[in-house]
Amino acid sequence: MLRYTVRRLLQIIPVLFVIITATFFMVRFVPGGPFTAEKAIPPEILKNLEAHYGLDQPLWRQYLNYLRSIAHGDLGPSFKYSNRTVNEIIGDKLPVSLELGALSLVVALVVGLTLGVLAAVRRNSWLDYLASSIGMLGICVPTFVLGPLLVLYFAIHLGWVNASGWYTWQDRVLPVLTLGFVYAAYVMRLTRGGMLEVLNQDYIRTARAKGASETRIVLKHALRGGLLPVVSFLGPAIAGILTGSFVIETIFQIPGLGREFVNSAFNRDYTLVLGTVILYASLIVVLNLAADIAQVWLNPKLKFE
Amino acid sequence: MHTKTREIFRGILSFLLVGGAGLLVSCSKRESPVERGIREQVLHRGLSADPAELDPHIITGLPEINVVSTLFEGLVAEDPVDLHPVPGTAESWEVAPDGLTYTFHLRASARWSNGQPVTAQDFSNSIRRVLTHSLGADYATMLYVLVNAEAYHKGALKDFASVGVQTPDARTVRFTLNHPAPYFLSLLTHPAWFPVYLPALEKSGTPFERGSRWTQPGSLVGNGPFVLTAWKRGEVIVVEKSPTYWDAAAVRLNAIHFHPATDVESEERAFRAGQLHITEALPVGKVDTYRREQSGALQIGAFLDTYFYRLNTTRPGLSNVKVRQALAAAIDRTAIVEKITRGGQQSAHSFTPPGVGDYVPPEALHGNFDEARRLLAAAGYPGGQGLPPLEIMINSSGNHRAIAEAIQEMWRRELGAVVRINNMEQATLLANRRTLDYQIMRAEWSADYLDPKTFLDVFRSDSNNNHTGWTNPNYDTLLFEADRTADPAARQLLMQRAETILLTELPIIPIYYYTSVRLVHPSVHGWHPTLLDRHPYKDVWLEP
Repeated sequence: MLRYTVRRLLQIIPVLFVIITATFFMVRFVPGGPFTAEKAIPPEILKNLEAHYGLDQPLWRQYLNYLRSIAHGDLGPSFKYSNRTVNEIIGDKLPVSLELGALSLVVALVVGLTLGVLAAVRRNSWLDYLASSIGMLGICVPTFVLGPLLVLYFAIHLGWVNASGWYTWQDRVLPVLTLGFVYAAYVMRLTRGGMLEVLNQDYIRTARAKGASETRIVLKHALRGGLLPVVSFLGPAIAGILTGSFVIETIFQIPGLGREFVNSAFNRDYTLVLGTVILYASLIVVLNLAADIAQVWLNPKLKFE
Repeated sequence: MHTKTREIFRGILSFLLVGGAGLLVSCSKRESPVERGIREQVLHRGLSADPAELDPHIITGLPEINVVSTLFEGLVAEDPVDLHPVPGTAESWEVAPDGLTYTFHLRASARWSNGQPVTAQDFSNSIRRVLTHSLGADYATMLYVLVNAEAYHKGALKDFASVGVQTPDARTVRFTLNHPAPYFLSLLTHPAWFPVYLPALEKSGTPFERGSRWTQPGSLVGNGPFVLTAWKRGEVIVVEKSPTYWDAAAVRLNAIHFHPATDVESEERAFRAGQLHITEALPVGKVDTYRREQSGALQIGAFLDTYFYRLNTTRPGLSNVKVRQALAAAIDRTAIVEKITRGGQQSAHSFTPPGVGDYVPPEALHGNFDEARRLLAAAGYPGGQGLPPLEIMINSSGNHRAIAEAIQEMWRRELGAVVRINNMEQATLLANRRTLDYQIMRAEWSADYLDPKTFLDVFRSDSNNNHTGWTNPNYDTLLFEADRTADPAARQLLMQRAETILLTELPIIPIYYYTSVRLVHPSVHGWHPTLLDRHPYKDVWLEP
């Protein structure tokens, strides 16, 4: 397993290199630049700015400089936030996204796994229909509908929490529920499907024949196999949920990384685009690896190859 | 089997219920930030964007100006109602009869937030900073009105002493101008003219370059009515009343919390939830609702900003002035402001909006479909026959598409023109503008100071913002003469003649004048809609 992990981790390096290179050049070939504005900057001032940020050098040299600086862990200065570095921005915003994502993930797993298991165990009962309907709703109702609805009732009508912001723990409730609900729906559907398949397996019948209690069968024997589809879903999903959700952060005005990621592209904040892409790509690669390892651990049919 | 499942289910259900009930109990209806703000004189205000910088010499946008104007004060300040210049850090000033020399006398009581006196040297240092090319200050060109400022900024002149700013003593600042500028005092209220405290900047890095950290809470030294106490990016900027401000006794607010609200819908919900006293904007779809409800919260005010279409006069068809005139005449502007924008905007009949001092813009543009058809026929395209297909380029936001579609239909119906709409993201649009790679492009221009010059200079042939391929030597000459005319009436006449040329040759088609549309809680006093949407916060207070 160690050899497998090390080998996979080493593969990350060329993958990231390709992603960085592709992003670096793509973002440069997009029309417009970081200092493009409705009121155009006088050419002589623009020249000073470009010189200040090294944008006046040939592209290949800028690329080499950039590679050199990221090798030292320095993601460069932001163009839009002239007194901030990309490292600072990510250091500032990532914890917010992580908190939102982690809490939402807890909601998604608690609600999704519970409903999924119950729906599978009580297949075709009212419980199954209820859970499946909730799952369907969660997938169909977009967050930009659910979020404002929750705000309308809990913040404006009842006045219990703020409509937006990220000041107190109460401010976490609505965005976490909104984001968690969507993922809960996917988790629920995958759990239900996985469990149904496993519950029909011979070894479950064997366990039942030996007189194991239903709780034990479900939680000890079936769940391990039934969770496999959820685990492979969670790899990329966790990466997505942790790096922030543009929509949720916009609806609730949360100072997370998701908004920076999208806005940096609009602002042509080259270094911030690259910084967030690198972070996002690394997370996806690492979490996919973690998902693969978990798969092998859960599924006796798989081996580290 | 079923009893067991039921047990699991019951266990989880009771866990959720208990948790949920706990949550509900803990968040019963509370005092909203707005209510607490009224009690404690803390104003909560929305900003349309997260300020990228708070350095007065680097910032460019209104959200930043709103914050920075609480932290710094120029030689002159603004009246809260109509923004006319009132004494600020300078208690008085004299203007030489030829209009070329302004002498300002600083208050003895003017202090920086660290207690040091504000001196004439601080102003001189600040001007040197803005004009130092390594800083890359966007608004450095605004200072070109000073003698030798342009030469110094461009590096042709090395000695700052020959730039038109002198400090005869610690409390006197004298400016020498290139030409009379009746708007000079209004210019001074722009942050590019604000003083900064150089020793504080030196402590935080290189004062004459970008990337300095001096605008952080704790290290920012200002001379305004408020001091910066917190800056949480994307979340809130807090400024608190400054005890060292010369007029601190008159400042009634204890603090202002600026909340960046990048989404107008969220901002409106926050207002309804009692989190904001003042919003930056209001979604178009909600204007009618607030108008109907008459809650007193809706505030619509004139704002010096014109929505217009830029025409690329180097393209076939559009190079013909009669075609441009026909297109301008075939727009029903009333329908656009009444049916689409709906926020009290006015149809534009000129490029300079009305209300800039005593200037009366020529009323040239009126929708007249018969006239439009006649002009198009005279241009050689009767009924639109042979007219090259047109393309309107818009950026994908707001109601630009709805407006473009309305105009597309008007031009098709009235002129028989084939019009396509191409929407793209803002930076791409602006890149096309720079290379004149467009036919017709949505644009806007907002005033930087209270004078028609801020609009008319845009279409000078040496302007950096023209982007139409259109130049006219007479237009340039008239504006050049206006700059050198001290008599206000004669000067206005020259500018009117220039604008008439602009509105006859039409490298642009003005469509409407913007308004500022926002929600203001009834507890806010001393806040007025202003033409530049700037608001001196020292005059604002909260009272139920």
